[in-house]
Amino acid sequence: MSETGHQHALSYVRADMLPQQEPPVSHSGPIKWVRENLLSSPLNVILTVISLYVLYAVLSGLIPWFFNSVWDARSLNECREVFLATGATGGGGACWAVLQERGIQLIYGFYPADLYWRPNLTFILFFVAVAPILYSDRLPSQMLWFTALYPFLMPWLLWGGSFWVPILVIAGLVVGYLAWMVGSRIGGSILGGIAGIVFAILWWLFAVPTLNDSIHRVVGNMRVDQVVAESTARLETLGPELTGLETRRESVRDEIAELEAIKAQAFAPIEEAVEIARETAELAFYEEEGVDPETDQIGPGLRERAEEEGQHAASAAARDPALNTVRATFLNAVDGLTEMRNEVNEISSQINIMQSERSDTEALLLNIEQLPDRLEEIERLQESATTPGAISELESVQDVVSQTYTEMGRIGLTPVESREFGGFMLALIIGLSGIILSLPLGILLALGRQSDLFLINKVSVAFIELIRGVPLIVWLFTAQLLLNYFLPPGSNFDLLLRVIIMVTLFASAYIAEVVRGGLAALAKGQYEAADALGLDYAKSMRLIVLPQALKISIPGIVNTFIGLFKDTTLVVFIGLLDPIGLSNSIRSSTDWNGIYWELFAFIGLLFFACCFSMGRYSLSLEKKLNREHR
Amino acid sequence: MSAISEPQAEGFRLSQLIYDTRYRSITIQTVALILIVAGVWWLVSNTIQNLEALGRDFDFGFLGQPAGYDINQLLIEYDSQSTHGRAAVVGILNTLLVAFIGCITATVIGTIAGVLRLSKNWIVARLVAVYVEGFRNVPLLLWIVLIFAIVSESTPHPRDFAGGEASMLFNSIAITRQGTWTPAPVWGDGSLALVIIFILSIVAIIGFRMFARRRQEATGEILPVLWISLGLLILPSLIAYFILGGPVTLDYPETGRFRFEGGLLVRNSLIALWLALSLYTGSFIAENVRGGILAVSGGQTEAASALGLRPGRTMNLVVLPQAMRVIVPPLISQYLNLTKNSSLAIAVGYMDARATLGGITINQTGRELEGMLLLGLFYLIVSLAIASVGNFYNASVKLKER
Amino acid sequence: MTAIDTDTSANIDRSAMKISDEVAIEVTGMNKWFGSFHVLRDINLTVYRGERIVICGPSGSGKSTMIRCINRLEEHQQGKIIVDGTELSSDIKNIDKIRSEVGMCFQHFNLFPHLTILENCTLAPMWVRKTPKREAEQTAMHYLEKVKIPDQANKYPGQLSGGQQQRVAIARSLCMKPRIMLFDEPTSALDPEMIKEVLDTMIELAEEGMTMLCVTHEMGFAQAVANRVIFMDQGQIVEQNEPKEFFNNPQSDRTKLFLSQILGH
Ligand SMILES: Nc1ncnc2c1ncn2[C@@H]1O[C@H](COP(=O)(O)OP(=O)(O)OP(=O)(O)O)[C@@H](O)[C@H]1O
Ligand SMILES: [Mg+2]
Repeated sequence: MSETGHQHALSYVRADMLPQQEPPVSHSGPIKWVRENLLSSPLNVILTVISLYVLYAVLSGLIPWFFNSVWDARSLNECREVFLATGATGGGGACWAVLQERGIQLIYGFYPADLYWRPNLTFILFFVAVAPILYSDRLPSQMLWFTALYPFLMPWLLWGGSFWVPILVIAGLVVGYLAWMVGSRIGGSILGGIAGIVFAILWWLFAVPTLNDSIHRVVGNMRVDQVVAESTARLETLGPELTGLETRRESVRDEIAELEAIKAQAFAPIEEAVEIARETAELAFYEEEGVDPETDQIGPGLRERAEEEGQHAASAAARDPALNTVRATFLNAVDGLTEMRNEVNEISSQINIMQSERSDTEALLLNIEQLPDRLEEIERLQESATTPGAISELESVQDVVSQTYTEMGRIGLTPVESREFGGFMLALIIGLSGIILSLPLGILLALGRQSDLFLINKVSVAFIELIRGVPLIVWLFTAQLLLNYFLPPGSNFDLLLRVIIMVTLFASAYIAEVVRGGLAALAKGQYEAADALGLDYAKSMRLIVLPQALKISIPGIVNTFIGLFKDTTLVVFIGLLDPIGLSNSIRSSTDWNGIYWELFAFIGLLFFACCFSMGRYSLSLEKKLNREHR
Repeated sequence: MSAISEPQAEGFRLSQLIYDTRYRSITIQTVALILIVAGVWWLVSNTIQNLEALGRDFDFGFLGQPAGYDINQLLIEYDSQSTHGRAAVVGILNTLLVAFIGCITATVIGTIAGVLRLSKNWIVARLVAVYVEGFRNVPLLLWIVLIFAIVSESTPHPRDFAGGEASMLFNSIAITRQGTWTPAPVWGDGSLALVIIFILSIVAIIGFRMFARRRQEATGEILPVLWISLGLLILPSLIAYFILGGPVTLDYPETGRFRFEGGLLVRNSLIALWLALSLYTGSFIAENVRGGILAVSGGQTEAASALGLRPGRTMNLVVLPQAMRVIVPPLISQYLNLTKNSSLAIAVGYMDARATLGGITINQTGRELEGMLLLGLFYLIVSLAIASVGNFYNASVKLKER
Repeated sequence: MTAIDTDTSANIDRSAMKISDEVAIEVTGMNKWFGSFHVLRDINLTVYRGERIVICGPSGSGKSTMIRCINRLEEHQQGKIIVDGTELSSDIKNIDKIRSEVGMCFQHFNLFPHLTILENCTLAPMWVRKTPKREAEQTAMHYLEKVKIPDQANKYPGQLSGGQQQRVAIARSLCMKPRIMLFDEPTSALDPEMIKEVLDTMIELAEEGMTMLCVTHEMGFAQAVANRVIFMDQGQIVEQNEPKEFFNNPQSDRTKLFLSQILGH
């Protein structure tokens, strides 16, 4: 019986299909969204309330600060005067005027303003150089030649010098390659490798300075007359130009003094009105509350409210239409003064450039004049120099002579000294050169760490762990304090170079770990296939393994760069002027004493923009690589 | 080469050093060894020459000489007459202190933020994302300086408390621009007993947990472990505290004319460094936690639900044990980073190992080489210790796969 | 397509599979939406105790969603689901009760990789049923023997083959002594030779009279074991019938199309 009953229930055919229906109201629309996303449980309700409060607290502080801001002013004090005169609510906001004056410095440091195009070009070329790596599927691989040249081009563009210096340095690679070819003919790949490295290093250490010096001498000797003539002519024009600029500066300064007086005159009545309004309002408030500020103890809460009252009254008083004309005069004066200040700054920087040009040219002319004498002296000293004193004298004369020749014989870019580097540019330079230079060493270390050879493996591990185990700041102090101990006596080179060397060593340990990850992620079959093709170790690494492993490692390398870029701020502690160092020096100037948040916001935003976008890029690359690997 | 392979020559030929796989690796390593020894020798001989030229020696005797400087944040007894060695220890302890409390708060912040970033609550998830991205992408140094500026610029001066313009939190904590004064515990008679009781109650908790496990295995009964543990943690000590008549009292800070009398002063340098380190590292940990939870596939929770496990138990028994394997290794390396980053104390003048041993001591004695060596060694040891804990954990939880 | 050889199917004594009058699951007028997408539309289904129901249909037709609604892995928005006399609502007690009576096996096994096979099987009995450990282990071993892998008890899931893992998953569900079992494509992630070992286990389960709802495309299994086949399309039950009728004489055009595609090659 029951069986048949089931049989009956069993068969069923739907006659017509049901259409898609809208969900019931309680399960759709914004109400549902709010219910599900914000209020789905008691905990969630609490969280929503808390976050709304946090949002309110942050924004209610930040937005007025941001929008009640002053862009034209010459100092923090002037900003405050403007806030007072315009009756800004809450006592005013950000003083962005500091960025108008110093923003460019935060970016370029003290790099000569007329040469800004060089770091700019370096930066743009960097993108051209990395493009073929990042978009290897879309760009022709010939562009990689430029990528290879870039590390040699970059220092030349930034530091300047004769155009043949980078060429001489690149020639080291050619020398190394030739030595490798010859060496491996004679003694196999090991000898070849060693010969290549040794010859390249010998070339860089000894041949490049000597060759460079001789070329400068030859060119310099050829150009003596021309240089003297040009320099003399330049000196003649420089003098009048300088006096012209100086008189112009004086006249602008006079105008400033005049305008200052007008400003002060206009500000006085406003300030008086505002102060009176504030005081009356505060007193009225205390009276209303029934306390006497002279005799009674006043609690913090009450005082705060009184001050608030006073602030309100002050704002209202400042906006009084009766003051319209004076206020307009005052604000105009501030604008005009800011403009004039900018003009004075510009003139001053031109004067500085010209003055240093003049003193350089004068020194050069003097040196050229004394050149024959010095050359004679060198000859004399070379014959007789035996005492250490005479040797060091000889060396110093030789230095001056070769400097003179370098000046005379330079065909290329004006040199810029390391101590003029600063700001964001400095952070970028240290970060980029650290990463670029650390790549070869990092790859070697990674291969070493993977190697079966006991000694090489252990040495790589020890190096990597040593570098990673000690904070960067300790390494930077090492570079500052100790590097001179480890180098041959008498060798001395500038701090920025030392920092770059240290940062390179530091980054190489981190790159090594990234590349090791890439090597490990590579399927074992790849190694075996390379072996099966009969490739030796070097070839299989170069042709099969490394290209793939490095491609997988790019996101990790980008992340390492982000970390390194952020860490470059630490160079402030050894006296380089990175953005934070510059912000300290800005704050210590009288005009901007006490300015914090505006500078921090600017620096923070710049870093955020760079790091966040790079981070996103590396994330998307990682996803793409993951997809390709599946 | 002839077609018929000749029998291998018995004698040893020089070319075998390069072409024979048996000798090849020895050759390479010998060459490497020679290069390394040469490099090290070069560095050492340069150093010796330079030291000679400067008329210096290499000597750690300075550690026994009186330091002659003050340190404003102390965990152990120290005054300016103490030795440089002791100053170094004070600095090392300060580094370890900020690293330790920093790791704890960073973990708490990071865990909460990581979980909240996965929350279904839209606004909370967005807010946490802003926190995480904001802190990750701005240099730590900037955060330290910024937070230091906030705590020292926007807080009242100690003298304002005397004038009544500022008031203490709960009448016991004063946040000022010099630092935060908190009540200091005074250990009176009988506090030893209290401490012992507290330790015993922790032992009791461990014992109870073991008992609860046995009990469940034997009878199936599940005891409310969390509540009983909490009770055991608090109640015995609380009762003992009253029975012993309050042996531990608090020394509250009193407003003086310019500063506070009594209490414990935690300097703003420590507070700013600690906050910045925790928030910065917390943002990285948040990403690790998020990644770890996401790495446990949704199928795991579903399977647990389908078996009838409640969400809390599912979290404890299924999700967390798996997520921990993903979270802990990067967490350990974040601890390492935090410890190394604590050397940024220099930005706010907190007296850590770098500031004493690697800073003032070096400046006063001129022993750069020795001082930096010791400092580097200290960081290296700490790093290796943390890393080995991480390796130990990794080895113990490694999943078994075919 | 069919991985079952005729030997096995011939061996089954179908008269042994008693179907009682007792209703195990009753679904009436159930509707479900994902956002504004109407996944399940007016589902009506009565399952009697002891029934073996196979659910098939094109991808995305809502099969998984439907059986996941039965143990509340998904929430339905309209209609009623009554399992063993308990109505599914947002009441946690009811959900707990139903989940401990309904076992489920997933396409990707979802074993807990950090626990051994034995621990996988004892976890829920110990923490939900509050069974003493010894007893839970005995039960677990009993079911592991039943799925023929008692010797793997102390290994981890990662060390087992796919077929073995799926059999562990079945054993893990059985350890909760469920009265109803749900299967969601238990064999579709497996290699052919492993499919057979899992299907054999399921057949054995069916022979013991377990009420089963099984989403699968193993038509051989459906013909051999099921007493009813349900065809779903666009979130609706389009046709249901006993296997012989369903395969030999499909009524709806959609069913015919589906069958021709699935059996066609
Ligand atoms: N969590 C979800 N959110 C939104 N849509 C979903 C979700 N789960 C499933 N869907 C959608 O619901 C529909 C039915 O999904 P379901 O998994 O039930 O199909 P299925 O019949 O099991 O298909 P298959 O044979 O591929 O497993 C699909 O269109 C799917 O895209
Ligand atoms: Mg499905």
